[in-house]
Amino acid sequence: MNRTARFVIGRIAFYVGACLFASFFVLPLLWLTVAPFNSLATLSVALPEQWTLENFRRVFANTFAIRALVQNSVIQAGGAMILVTVAATLAAYALSRAAIKGSQVITYGLVLFSSVVTGTAAMVPIFLMVHRAGLIDTHLAVILVFTGGLLPAAIFIMRDFVDSIPRSYEESALVAGASPWRVFNDIALPIVRPGMMVIAVWAFVNVWGGFLIPFILLRSPERMPAAVAIYSFYTEAGTPLITLTAAYSLLYTLPVLLLYLFVNWKYGFRFFGGIKS
Amino acid sequence: MAGVSFRGVSKAFGSVVAVDDVSYDIHDGEFVCLLGPSGCGKTTTLRLIAGLEQPTGGTIHIGDADVTMVAPKGRDIGMVFQDYALYPHMTISENIAYPLKVRGISKEDRAKRAAEVAAHLQIGNLLERRPGQISGGQQQRTSVARAVVHKPQVFLFDEPLSNLDAKLRLEARGFLKHLQQELGVTAVYVTHDQAEAMALADRIAVMDGGRIVQMAPPLEVYHRPATTFVANFLGSPPMNLLPVTIERTATHTRFVAPTFSIDADEWSGRLKDRVEHGEEVFLGVRPEHLGVGREGDPWTMKGELYAVEPLGPETLVTLSVGDALATLRIFGDEPPEVEGTVHATIDRANLRLFRSSGERIELG
Repeated sequence: MNRTARFVIGRIAFYVGACLFASFFVLPLLWLTVAPFNSLATLSVALPEQWTLENFRRVFANTFAIRALVQNSVIQAGGAMILVTVAATLAAYALSRAAIKGSQVITYGLVLFSSVVTGTAAMVPIFLMVHRAGLIDTHLAVILVFTGGLLPAAIFIMRDFVDSIPRSYEESALVAGASPWRVFNDIALPIVRPGMMVIAVWAFVNVWGGFLIPFILLRSPERMPAAVAIYSFYTEAGTPLITLTAAYSLLYTLPVLLLYLFVNWKYGFRFFGGIKS
Repeated sequence: MAGVSFRGVSKAFGSVVAVDDVSYDIHDGEFVCLLGPSGCGKTTTLRLIAGLEQPTGGTIHIGDADVTMVAPKGRDIGMVFQDYALYPHMTISENIAYPLKVRGISKEDRAKRAAEVAAHLQIGNLLERRPGQISGGQQQRTSVARAVVHKPQVFLFDEPLSNLDAKLRLEARGFLKHLQQELGVTAVYVTHDQAEAMALADRIAVMDGGRIVQMAPPLEVYHRPATTFVANFLGSPPMNLLPVTIERTATHTRFVAPTFSIDADEWSGRLKDRVEHGEEVFLGVRPEHLGVGREGDPWTMKGELYAVEPLGPETLVTLSVGDALATLRIFGDEPPEVEGTVHATIDRANLRLFRSSGERIELG
């Protein structure tokens, strides 16, 4: 009896604790789903007395912020996504398949190096390099810097996917008469595609949410991405217009959500099986 | 179709020599098995034919063409891998047709040809499935279908049966032999299973330590093994090898072991100039060439009964003879009645002699 009571109390305490912990993450999401539709939104989570799209109308009137979202952020995040995915796949394939002495060391060295030299700490030299290259205030600068930062981890992850392909797949294609490029294209690429999708989404999300790099490397308002443009919903005194910030934030999260759903529906984050061993 | 020739081919991986100065000819349409323990260089030899490895010395010809440095795609071969290596993202039909796709054959033509080959190999009903959805035996047939679909000059098999269970393996073995004879294509087949090599091959090449120890038709390899290594590797149980010392006088010849001695006077002529007095040799005799005899019979050795294993159509009787074991294979439904000390009679027509270094002594 005593033990049962202790068990019940223990479970209750656990669930209360878990709920408190979860609410810490859930509340901002709840706020994000209701505040944009409330013309009197504050920082507290409250159902609006009257649902309205007025906030969105005012956000869409801000052409600077909308261009940042539908043009600049898409160019920068999309560009870095493609570059990271393609480069990581090719590099991982080469590191996995070519007989390079110390390829293991290269892989781990890259990952270690990239985690030691974090973006913030390296910002000054990065700025100087970009400046020397004459790329300040260009989309390309943002794309290249993000790609450089994400690539090591991306190569590391992709290498695991490539390593999992038995070499006999490629050898049998070679014997069947395929050229090495054809083998890569017909056999390796389709098999690692789920891995590429993981990398693509991950890279896109990282760039989409990145603030510091575009903030430092870009000058003209026409090239600012959404992460920076969100400041246009602050008053000159530096306080946010909560209603508009909420509406813009919701718009800002949608592409990432849609990308994830699309990839999951189209390719799925899954593996193929089929070798008998 | 074409034969394959190796001339002084070597392949080293760093300081490890996998294939060591190998020369041989495989004739057009012949079925050759490369047989040996793991690490003997048989798979490397096969990969050299396929072009998946480049030799570090020597030349390789397929037909009249020197292909030593030719990439796999220029060699016109079909290969079945141990793990089948079916592409998991393609259907069975696409898998089979892949060599045709690479050759730029139109989609309809290659689907048609894949269907023909699949039907012939009795997997015609699986064309739309994926490799993960079919059984091991079906995967194996798919892999064979992919290797034959473009009618290659040479067929290569890398232990294709080792992933099948025992029953399927026998069935697939018969099927492969039938298919090879029907197509008449030169085939090179790697295996470590001596029974598979015996059953399939026109000739067996037994490999050890990167070299070909013996290359001959199965029955010759079985009955006249070139070395004790071959004698030991082929046959289940393998050939009995009993160490004896030669005793020769002007009038007598004997094989002497600690526990028995055999009067071999009638072989005096055959052994003349081939063995010396006091030389240590091995008597090599297959289990089926030993019979249960009586004390005093000629060509008999004495041993203590060690084990009797009835197998149905035959019985294996093992004797301990000094430090060695000798196995007798007695055919017949009933196990022989033996106990205690057993005298085993050697069928001397099938007795082989090997030097202590291992090579067989060619008798006169």
